[in-house]
Amino acid sequence: MNRARYVRRRRRSNVFMVLSIAATLFGLGWLALILVALLYQGFSGLDVSVFTQSTPPPAAAGGLLNAIVGSLMMSFFAVVIGTPIGLMAGTYLGEYGRHGRLGFVVRFLNDILLSAPSIVLGLFVYDVMVLTMGHFSAWAGGVALATIVIPVVVRTTENMLLLIPNTLREAAAALGAGHSIIIRQITWRAARAGIVTGVLLAVARIAGETAPLLFTALNNQFFSLNPNGPMASLPVSIFQMAMSPYADWHRLAWAGAVLITMTVLILSITARAVESRSE
Amino acid sequence: MPGNLGSDRTFRFMSLACAIGVLLMFAGIMVALTYGAWPSITAFGFSFLWTDIWNPVTQKFGAVVPIYGTVVTSFIAMLIAVPVGIGIAIFLTELCPRSLRRPIGIAVELLAGIPSIIYGIWGLFILAPFLQKYVMPPVIDAFSNVPVLSDLFAGPPYGIGMFTAGLILAIMILPFITAVSRDVFLTVPPVLKEAAYGLGATKWEVEYYVVLPYARGGVVGGIMLALGRALGETMAVTFVIGNAHRISPSLFAPATTISAAIANEFTEAVGALYGPALIELGLILFFVTVIVLAAAQYMLYQLDRRTGART
Repeated sequence: MNRARYVRRRRRSNVFMVLSIAATLFGLGWLALILVALLYQGFSGLDVSVFTQSTPPPAAAGGLLNAIVGSLMMSFFAVVIGTPIGLMAGTYLGEYGRHGRLGFVVRFLNDILLSAPSIVLGLFVYDVMVLTMGHFSAWAGGVALATIVIPVVVRTTENMLLLIPNTLREAAAALGAGHSIIIRQITWRAARAGIVTGVLLAVARIAGETAPLLFTALNNQFFSLNPNGPMASLPVSIFQMAMSPYADWHRLAWAGAVLITMTVLILSITARAVESRSE
Repeated sequence: MPGNLGSDRTFRFMSLACAIGVLLMFAGIMVALTYGAWPSITAFGFSFLWTDIWNPVTQKFGAVVPIYGTVVTSFIAMLIAVPVGIGIAIFLTELCPRSLRRPIGIAVELLAGIPSIIYGIWGLFILAPFLQKYVMPPVIDAFSNVPVLSDLFAGPPYGIGMFTAGLILAIMILPFITAVSRDVFLTVPPVLKEAAYGLGATKWEVEYYVVLPYARGGVVGGIMLALGRALGETMAVTFVIGNAHRISPSLFAPATTISAAIANEFTEAVGALYGPALIELGLILFFVTVIVLAAAQYMLYQLDRRTGART
């Protein structure tokens, strides 16, 4: 009788272990399906004109030049605005406010912002910037993306600063360095690789962000370098083209999707390499 | 003194100002959304929350339909992603050969790194047509005579709809559940597991009676984190939900969610109340996700404290 029971327990255990293997195959299967479809559909639509021409009228030849330039420009704004703020706020959490009440509150809210719905950030910037300026603009798009960069940089900066051994700070202090010198010359330097990783991950995050741009930068059919007006971006162009009924636009949307995925992959791999080299 | 940014005091002040800036950003979102939604809040009051009308012509709006869509799609996503995500974590910590652990871990993280717009375009052009052709018709036929299920899985098969959106959400939030669960499983002290094995427990019994109870706080935290993401996810859902403002019992029917309604309609919202009503939807979404994410953070912080105290 005991033996039968043991066999039953063993069988039950094996069933669940097989299920966990199945779960893994299920998860990895989706990844494979998505990547295969993306590469197949995307590369068939990818040619030189994608990089040299702007959004075509429906059913005509064209490319994504205006969207690529717009994405680069707004990501640049976002990094320039978001990195210093995120770095300094993360420094406060990691160096000054480690145990204080303010530090706790900021850390808690920052971690919430990290996962907050990005469409809400778009509405926020719409209310604050687009309404007061009276028109859509790439500036507003850049600020909307910066609201995503800041929490990421804060988080990674703080994590990195917490890893720096206190003996390093004490040694610098013993040599007579002031607190700001210790942070800038010692701990930032020691944490540099991690901070760079954080910025790279933030760029990877915003490279595909669509929702915050929909009603801040809007979209633009034409090539534009004017940051004070509406500007195209890769994700918003993909959204517009994919939802349209035109086959040509669908092809361009897939090409844009491959460009974004490649950018994200390269950035994450670089970030990983930077991180592992510093270890 | 190279790179003189100023004295200790100014540097400290600047970093404090940026930290408070993060605080102000959070408060600013609340204030700006409330301000933007004010016309709608004063016009509809609390009845906004239980009105199911969405009529731009008569300027009458209620939040029930998008809230219903958000809740149902997130529920479908959790139903699929929680067992699968925990299953992958069990596989990674218990069964996986050591040499495969890192590659599979990286692959799962890759799934988290894919931007939502990619999930959206893939869902619209690949997954939805596939479901429409090969999955939905047989399911609809199979359940057509079963009492409750015939309503849940009623045709016609559009391909897009709440089920498709929920499935895509599940794929997207899977990595969050797996990553957090795996990390917590790894903190379970080996002695506990060894003791259970010593008593003759099977692998599954060790997982179920030792590892999962020990890791419960962290796993629940990871699940809440994933739920927060699912509730607010916009683009992937917008592509495949169908943007139909109606409540339908069938999971295969097109619907809308809070985020999809905002993404689809905001730039075209004319009239005094249309835009504010959409902003009020955003405010509701922000409130709900903040509560869910705060609960998640709280649980994960508790966990940090516990593991921190043990090491």
